[in-house]
Amino acid sequence: MTPEIGHFALILALCVSLVQGTLPLLGAHKGRAEWLALARPAAQTSFVMLALSFAALAWSFYVNDFSVQYVAQHSNSQLPTLYRFGAVWGGHEGSLLLWVLLLSSWGIAVAQYSRTLDDTMVARVLGVLGLVSTGLLLFILLTSNPFDRLLPAAENGRDLNPLLQDPGLVFHPPMLYMGYVGFAVAFAFAIAALLSGRLDAAWARWSRPWTTAAWVFLTMGIALGSWWAYYELGWGGWWFWDPVENASFMPWLLGTALLHSLAVTEKRGSFKSWTVLLAIGAFSLSLLGTFLVRSGVLTSVHAFATDPRRGIFILTLLVLVVGSSLTLFAWRAPKVALGGTFGAISRESLLLTGNVLLVVACASVLLGTLYPLIIDALGLGKISVGPPYFNAVFVPIMVPVVFLLAAVPLARWKNTQIKEIAIQLWIPGVLALLAGWQIPRMMGGWTVLTALGSMLAVWIAASGILQITYRLKAGLPPASFWGMHLGHIGIAVFVFGVTMVGGFQEEQDVRMEPGDTVLVGGYQFKLIGVQEAMGPNYKASRGEFDVSSPGGPTNKLFPEKRNYFSSTMPMTEAAIDAGFTRDVYVSLGEPLEGNAWAVRVYFKPFVDWIWGGCMLMALGGLFAMADRRYRLRVKGTDAPAATPKGAKA
Amino acid sequence: MKGWKKRAAIIGGGLSVLGIAAALVLNALNSNIALYVTPSEVAAGKAPKMQAFRIGGLVKDGSLHRDNLTVHFVMTDMAHEVPVSYTGILPDLFKEGKGAVVQGKLETSGDFTASEVLAKHDENYMPPEAKQALEQAQKTKDAAKP
Repeated sequence: MTPEIGHFALILALCVSLVQGTLPLLGAHKGRAEWLALARPAAQTSFVMLALSFAALAWSFYVNDFSVQYVAQHSNSQLPTLYRFGAVWGGHEGSLLLWVLLLSSWGIAVAQYSRTLDDTMVARVLGVLGLVSTGLLLFILLTSNPFDRLLPAAENGRDLNPLLQDPGLVFHPPMLYMGYVGFAVAFAFAIAALLSGRLDAAWARWSRPWTTAAWVFLTMGIALGSWWAYYELGWGGWWFWDPVENASFMPWLLGTALLHSLAVTEKRGSFKSWTVLLAIGAFSLSLLGTFLVRSGVLTSVHAFATDPRRGIFILTLLVLVVGSSLTLFAWRAPKVALGGTFGAISRESLLLTGNVLLVVACASVLLGTLYPLIIDALGLGKISVGPPYFNAVFVPIMVPVVFLLAAVPLARWKNTQIKEIAIQLWIPGVLALLAGWQIPRMMGGWTVLTALGSMLAVWIAASGILQITYRLKAGLPPASFWGMHLGHIGIAVFVFGVTMVGGFQEEQDVRMEPGDTVLVGGYQFKLIGVQEAMGPNYKASRGEFDVSSPGGPTNKLFPEKRNYFSSTMPMTEAAIDAGFTRDVYVSLGEPLEGNAWAVRVYFKPFVDWIWGGCMLMALGGLFAMADRRYRLRVKGTDAPAATPKGAKA
Repeated sequence: MKGWKKRAAIIGGGLSVLGIAAALVLNALNSNIALYVTPSEVAAGKAPKMQAFRIGGLVKDGSLHRDNLTVHFVMTDMAHEVPVSYTGILPDLFKEGKGAVVQGKLETSGDFTASEVLAKHDENYMPPEAKQALEQAQKTKDAAKP
């Protein structure tokens, strides 16, 4: 009965979303207040319906109802309770249900926290969200219903893919989806502004905290995914330029550009059209990401068994969204007033340069991701584009962006002298040169790339810290100031981590028997032995290693090779000794003849700085959102007094 | 700066960024693309020489054997076979009788030395390239029958 209630609630949610997506928009067009007033209750109702539906599915998992096909495919009576919950979004149908649930929770958040917005604007924003939700719900109900029954019921479930039985997976998809779906809000704001013709600073100010929130979730989601791949896939990589990773990274790149472009629109009223295009682009790329992951058109380590019809549906949805919003843009854009002018060297021009580079970087990733598809569609053969392509293109485009990052906060709006910026940057410049000269040597060998990476990291970190110290002399700066610098310092930390891991990691595949030792990165690894161990739903071969550095303590590491009862595939569970300046990492390969095992051993300097940097960026975003000017009640027009002095982009 | 000068500067700057990016992209695409080749195409001598490429297909049952860290196995599309060797640790989902994709180079001996064996997340998933290789070989077989 519970699955039917869930199914019914899902259908009701579709009906409510259809109302939410039509009447308020029409009401805004015709000026009918009673239709406008429907927007908020509709958003609330659709959230309640979807939450009910989601709860019904979660309940089916909890009680092991294997008469529901989706549950039978993704769970098992032996699966621990936590993972039964994670399994709700462990497959296609459930993850889409999570997608719409999160979309409607953004909707209810907008309905709740938009008391200062005028009703027409709210109606339009919620209306656009309702339309998006309608499309996705139709998709779920027509092609991927999670409540389909399996008759007769299965004896036991097929189980959740063992790779996904990990706490990281319980949090990674919801975070990532919150980010993806959050750009729908930025998109809805942009479309609403286009519809109303009020593309102004007030619109940018409303839209900014929402966009930042989505960006924060996306940043965290990507970082969690990368971390999960690092420890769970067992091969020590943190980014593979896999199509599915790219699918989440492209909206991030455009979202980052959008954040900065919104800042200009809010402060100076410029870049309006550009901002709208970025908002449309970021959301379209989120949809494209869903399409790439769910259609199975690309060979990817993430590709799960899929159904091509679903791909076509999402592609149609994507074409509809992009097509209609660009048409609307083309129709309305000529009426958009130009913002303030600015000089060749000004904060606007520097931000614009960074923005263009981010978009170009995003385009190059998009091209590399879709190139195999295009070649295949043209019948020119099947190819794959590997990580070397992305590294060769992406890194050179991003280097100037990262370099500029130190200068932008120093530049004034409208016009600025290069001399003024240079005066404040000579100390970071000298420190960066020293770092580029010295840090790679200390780590074990100078190369151009490690020198460049160290320079850039120190350049940004030093200029950020210097600017914060100067600013503190003039009193406590506002939250947005901290947000900006935290985010930028996060980039510095990230760049440093990537540089060190890329330049100085050591890796060895070796054959080891109990008692054998191997030396990697100054650490000695000794295999004590491999024992059998039992888990709740698996049996494992558990290796015991003594890891010691000269003069340091000896740590024990226990990597495992697991065999889950419900599946035939073995699972590598790496053991990691994480540290501030390095990780040491051991994973078991296969058993060889006798007592010997194939073993992979890694030394990864500063690898945790990669995710630490991402966390700092996300934290920066939170600070930026917390700025008090977003909480002040400004009606419609922009009150200059609401901007605290010194508040920066 | 005057209006037209500024516009020219912006357009010029934008074009040069695009130009540099395009040059990077083309250069990188040229040297970093791996072609997918089926075992039948390898047998017919259609595989690229001196360049890395990928083979999709099935790992032949009973063909896997180890020599310390080096693994030998045979990739097949049920029509033709290619012997493959790989040094290192295989991904968890690598199994005899299942689909796989390997990337590497063809030696003059006709052996394929893999530098990478592709991992997947799901045991029921068949890489599209492996599937296609099998389908193509099946078609050729059917066509060969009178």
